[in-house]
Amino acid sequence: MDTLLLSRIQFGANISFHILFPTITIALGWVLLFFKVRFAMTGDRKWMDAYMFWVKVFALSFAMGVVSGITMSFQFGTNWPGFMETVGNVAGPLLAYEIMTAFFLEAVFLGIMLFGASRVKSWVHTLATFLVAFGTTMSTFWIIVLNSWMHTPQGYELIDGVVHATDWFAIIFNPSMPYRFVHMMLASGLTVAFLIAGVSALRMLWGDRGEDVKAALRVGIIAGAGLIPLQILAGDFHGLNTLEYQPAKVAAMEGNWDTGPNIPLVLFAIPDEDARENRYEIAIPNLASLILTHKAEGVVPGLNDFVSEAGEVLHPRVAPVFFAFRIMVGTGVANLALSWLGLALLRKYGAGNMPKLPLYAFCAMSFSGWIATLAGWYTTEIGRQPWLVQGVLSTKDAVSDVPAGMVLGTLIGYLIVYAILIFAYIGVITYLARKATTGEAYSVRNYPRGREANVSAIQLGE
Amino acid sequence: MAYFADPAVWLPWTFAALMGLSTLIYVVLDGFDLGVGLLMPLADEDQKDRLVASIGPFWDANETWLVLAVGLLLVAFPPAHGIILTALYLPVFIMLIGLILRGVSFEMRAKAPLAQKRMWNGAFFAGSLMASLSQGFMLGMYIMGLTWTWAHVGFAALTALFLTVGYSFIGAAWLIWKTEGALQIRAIRWAKGGIWGLVAGIIAISIATPFVSARIFDKWFSVPTAFYLAPLPIISVLLVVFVWWQLARLPLNHDRWSWTPFAAATALFTLAYGGMAYSFYPYVVPKKITLYDAASAPESLFIILIGTVFVLPAIVCYTLLSYYIFRGKARDLRYD
Repeated sequence: MDTLLLSRIQFGANISFHILFPTITIALGWVLLFFKVRFAMTGDRKWMDAYMFWVKVFALSFAMGVVSGITMSFQFGTNWPGFMETVGNVAGPLLAYEIMTAFFLEAVFLGIMLFGASRVKSWVHTLATFLVAFGTTMSTFWIIVLNSWMHTPQGYELIDGVVHATDWFAIIFNPSMPYRFVHMMLASGLTVAFLIAGVSALRMLWGDRGEDVKAALRVGIIAGAGLIPLQILAGDFHGLNTLEYQPAKVAAMEGNWDTGPNIPLVLFAIPDEDARENRYEIAIPNLASLILTHKAEGVVPGLNDFVSEAGEVLHPRVAPVFFAFRIMVGTGVANLALSWLGLALLRKYGAGNMPKLPLYAFCAMSFSGWIATLAGWYTTEIGRQPWLVQGVLSTKDAVSDVPAGMVLGTLIGYLIVYAILIFAYIGVITYLARKATTGEAYSVRNYPRGREANVSAIQLGE
Repeated sequence: MAYFADPAVWLPWTFAALMGLSTLIYVVLDGFDLGVGLLMPLADEDQKDRLVASIGPFWDANETWLVLAVGLLLVAFPPAHGIILTALYLPVFIMLIGLILRGVSFEMRAKAPLAQKRMWNGAFFAGSLMASLSQGFMLGMYIMGLTWTWAHVGFAALTALFLTVGYSFIGAAWLIWKTEGALQIRAIRWAKGGIWGLVAGIIAISIATPFVSARIFDKWFSVPTAFYLAPLPIISVLLVVFVWWQLARLPLNHDRWSWTPFAAATALFTLAYGGMAYSFYPYVVPKKITLYDAASAPESLFIILIGTVFVLPAIVCYTLLSYYIFRGKARDLRYD
């Protein structure tokens, strides 16, 4: 394997590991704010119990996200020096704004949010929670702006092979940005909804029927059931946008080889790039045309359009994009089914008497958001190949000349560390749930303390 | 300095200054919390918790200054960013693994089952050690011009050791300020043990740098600049004497002067750093690329600068607010 492929795998591994944690913190920040505000409004301590449990998950996820994010910023230099050298004039300011408007905000107020409850007034603590949630969202915004610009670059000119910004409004509000941003925010919301529902279900199965667990389960199910239709809608719009700007990606997602009307929706197949056809195809006639163009006879682009006369393949590898897309959609369908079933059961039984079987199902789906997010990420990022910046910079022109052996060595190192950490992360969340169930975490219900105690003791009627 | 009217001159200069400032803030702030991590094995089991508590609310924000420094290198001097980081591929990898281990074990040790706590404490120390050593190594390689020869690697290994001990010194100085009782007395002892690393490091770099480069030699040892620069080493010597004298008489009643070793350590790091910055200016990659050659397009830098003018003061303000909120001696960290 050469440096290019190894560097791609390494960056792919890094970003896959990294994205797991922002996916949780982006939405969990807002959920925590919701818990805190509910507590302030009602004085019902179940909301504070829920806050105290989930803030630990937040802190852990945040730390994992920060350290893996630092890795990414260094890898631009160590593995992809051509990236900043070519598009630095656009990427630079966007990254700088992320660091300045988001990173510091999150990092500083996180300290106050985690450890400051007894040192500041309650409203300051709520404000800190808000600023952390706001910071993670800002961070998402800037990163998605940059990522979207790499897919649909606008507002620049090339001078001597280097990109120069000409219109910052066009750069920031590039054509795919709104769709990507909404899609990512909803993905985070769904990931958190199913994580909260799943962990709460686990605690209930372990016999913890505390008010906070029931409240969290309810919040998780309702959020999941509410967000999933929005996500399907946003995904559909995003797909139409991709069809307009990156037709090769859509062709790979659909597994469609020849451009034409009346294209079927391929449910399953094994794309064969050598034979340039699908094997074992199961398809529904006309449906791809109908979905993508809203007309049965609509013309959908095919992969064969993206092979140059010299035979050079200018479309992404088909199989990974094709399968990743199906995994994402499949997970989404499962989310839809389970959350709506959960909603119905919630109405029928209430959170406290939820039958065991759906509780097991929610447990099993705790990390389904991760699967969907990763699959979606692979669809869009592998789908961009062979370009790093669509039409501007190809991936092979950005890679560093570090020896392949060195990249392989560090890749193995990262993979080992990441595997251990994922294992530890899920283990610790399970342990936190167990600890909360056995009451260890609640043995001393001594919050809120300090100055805050005066206020909330009155609220709590103590 | 009429040529400062040209944006292609003052913008790169401004960004070099901002990057330098960010790096300095990083070295001092993450220096002390890396240092506390390095001291972990020397502390008792219950003291370990206090050590972690003393940096708990801060470490995350401290580390962000590294992201800003690298970010500014990346956005303002893209070619230099590529050259420096590909040359330092392996030490960067070790630093990143170190920072990952450290940041994660920080959270894990408090949340994982008690039986695992020892392991995560170990990971916290190991991560701090990896990050400190690799940063010192990179510093040495940078001074030597980013070329991998045995002599250069040897020198870098020395700076790695010295910076690591130097970090443990500023970490101990932080603990003198933020702790009390038996732990504070221990911290004083640690600081006494660690200060030689900082001193040796400053001396090694001060001697080596001019000999690596005739240009830097001339910058320092020509008349009259030598006289302007003389206060730098003189104040450094005075600071070291002051710290030594303070460490001998601390702790005082009512905890007076307990903040002075940390302040002096900060001043020492700042002076040493200032000297280095003076040596290398205007080069961003030693002997190869000046910051003017490597700078991004002025219009892009200008876009960032506008934001910086508004945002950086805000960052400084709320960072100070956080240190103010968590002022006083470190208490147990509690989420509830």
